[in-house]
Amino acid sequence: MDAQHPELKLPAAPAVVQETQTAHKDKLRARRWKEGALGYLFLAPCLVLFTIFLFYPLVKSVYLSFHLTDPRGEVAAFVGLENYINLAASGQMWNSLKVTLLFALYTVPAGIVLGLIMAGLTHAKLKGMKIFQFIFSVPLALSVSTASVIWVMLFHPSMGMFNYFLSKIGAGPIQWLTDPSWALISISLMTVWMQSGFNYIVLLSGIQGVPEDIVESAKIDGAGPIRTFVQIVFPLLTPTVFFLSVVSIIHAFQSFGQIHLMTKGGPAGSTEVFVYSIYKEAFINYQFGTGSALALTLFAIIMILTFIQFAVLEKKVHYQ
Amino acid sequence: MSMRKSLNKAVIYGILAVLAALMMYPLIFTFMSVFMTAPEMNQYPPKLFPSSLYLGGLQSVLELIPLDRFVINSFVMSGIIMIGQVITAAMAAYAFSYIQFPGKNAWFAIFLSTMMIPWEVTIIPNYLTIKSWGWMDSYQGLTVPFLASAFGVFLLRQFFLQLPKELFEAAKIDGCGHIRHFITIVLPLARPGLASLGVYVFLTNWNMYLWPLLITNSVEMRTVQIGISMLQFEEYTAWNIVLCGVALVLLPSLLLLVFGLRQLARGITAGAVKG
Repeated sequence: MDAQHPELKLPAAPAVVQETQTAHKDKLRARRWKEGALGYLFLAPCLVLFTIFLFYPLVKSVYLSFHLTDPRGEVAAFVGLENYINLAASGQMWNSLKVTLLFALYTVPAGIVLGLIMAGLTHAKLKGMKIFQFIFSVPLALSVSTASVIWVMLFHPSMGMFNYFLSKIGAGPIQWLTDPSWALISISLMTVWMQSGFNYIVLLSGIQGVPEDIVESAKIDGAGPIRTFVQIVFPLLTPTVFFLSVVSIIHAFQSFGQIHLMTKGGPAGSTEVFVYSIYKEAFINYQFGTGSALALTLFAIIMILTFIQFAVLEKKVHYQ
Repeated sequence: MSMRKSLNKAVIYGILAVLAALMMYPLIFTFMSVFMTAPEMNQYPPKLFPSSLYLGGLQSVLELIPLDRFVINSFVMSGIIMIGQVITAAMAAYAFSYIQFPGKNAWFAIFLSTMMIPWEVTIIPNYLTIKSWGWMDSYQGLTVPFLASAFGVFLLRQFFLQLPKELFEAAKIDGCGHIRHFITIVLPLARPGLASLGVYVFLTNWNMYLWPLLITNSVEMRTVQIGISMLQFEEYTAWNIVLCGVALVLLPSLLLLVFGLRQLARGITAGAVKG
């Protein structure tokens, strides 16, 4: 071809260069477009599911909370902020808020201290620690229903093991789950036990992340194991403890199963935590409007609490 | 000095033994009760150990409730959710770590923020959605809302970002596209991460309580967690039978713990955890 039309080649050359340049640009754009499309393709399953089961429900909750509904969940009437106003005026919401705060107070510090003790002791370089590490992780296998069923039996007023052991040391029987002043404490005991595996694993991995040489040099300086732990290890562990306290408080505010299974919020509302109120409102009384208002209130409370923790507590956290 | 050291050791072992006994007691009680007969269980003072390896309780619980059916339901439910979450999370994590697309950072921030939405806020609308689709008492109703999780995306993204970059560069020069790179290089290399997510997701959903409670009404669709808690409320059920049920339900989770503790621990410590 070149030999047949030698005169055509020279003047045409710049145009060809330009053409290949635009072709190259087009190709690049096409490739970028393809890459972008591929990105969204990979994201698509998550995006679709999140839209249907997270974003839409969030909007729907807000919508429902401004309405009254019939038992099928159909909106019956627009009531504006009335659901919220009624909740704030009723003693029930304040009671469940109080119960939930108490529940968090009983379970979170106790759970963290217990986890610290177990993690601190099993981190010692001694024989057989693997066995103890496994034992303390076992509660991870528990579900809220298996744990609750077991403890309902342990708590039984006449046949339960706890009152039997108490009678052995001469203490009177306790109405664990039916005495309003004990019920929440009993559920907290069970909850601390149930969550101990999780706390333990988190704290143990935190301790394992503390640099060995720092601990060793403290020991060489003559610090005993307890002093080493309190003065050297714990400050380095504060990010983990902080993380755990944030997660535990959120967990405490979201507890439901053990209350549903052990006391149904009773006796006399003494264990009616926030999520149980939501459940009762929405799925027993079929008031999806007020139920949604309660759920959004809880969402706001959790957000505020988490924010406060980050604003106040995090300043005391020692990041390396 | 060595006196003090061995004293220290003894104290540590002592505290650990007491703690271990206290923590294990409720489970020991459960597994002891499995081998007790109903009269043995009702004795006062309560017996700590069974007098023989009685297996009648296990038999009775299987006759009383369709536990095998519950176990199958729980397995199918947890299995579908596990596979689904691993797939959707791996795909999204791949997009976030290897693909350049417009709006990447914004989407990542949005994904991050979904972890802040607590399930109580979504459960009422989701219940109404599933109900309106006629998905009550079905596997799709039990599983579909849980097939994607932001937590899984983050966990796997961490793993993917730690893979050596040179591998991808070399593959690119060989003309390997994203899909092939994802399937033949990234997924096999990220197996420990996929296993961590899988074990974690399986166990959480095996233990799920509120959603199956709301979504299932028929006995055939009940999961173990609901089935076992219903047993408690059957008034005339003997305790040993209930605890036999509990033990049978606990067994798979305990086995999973024995073989997958390391993966599980990695999943838990990877960051925030949704309960």
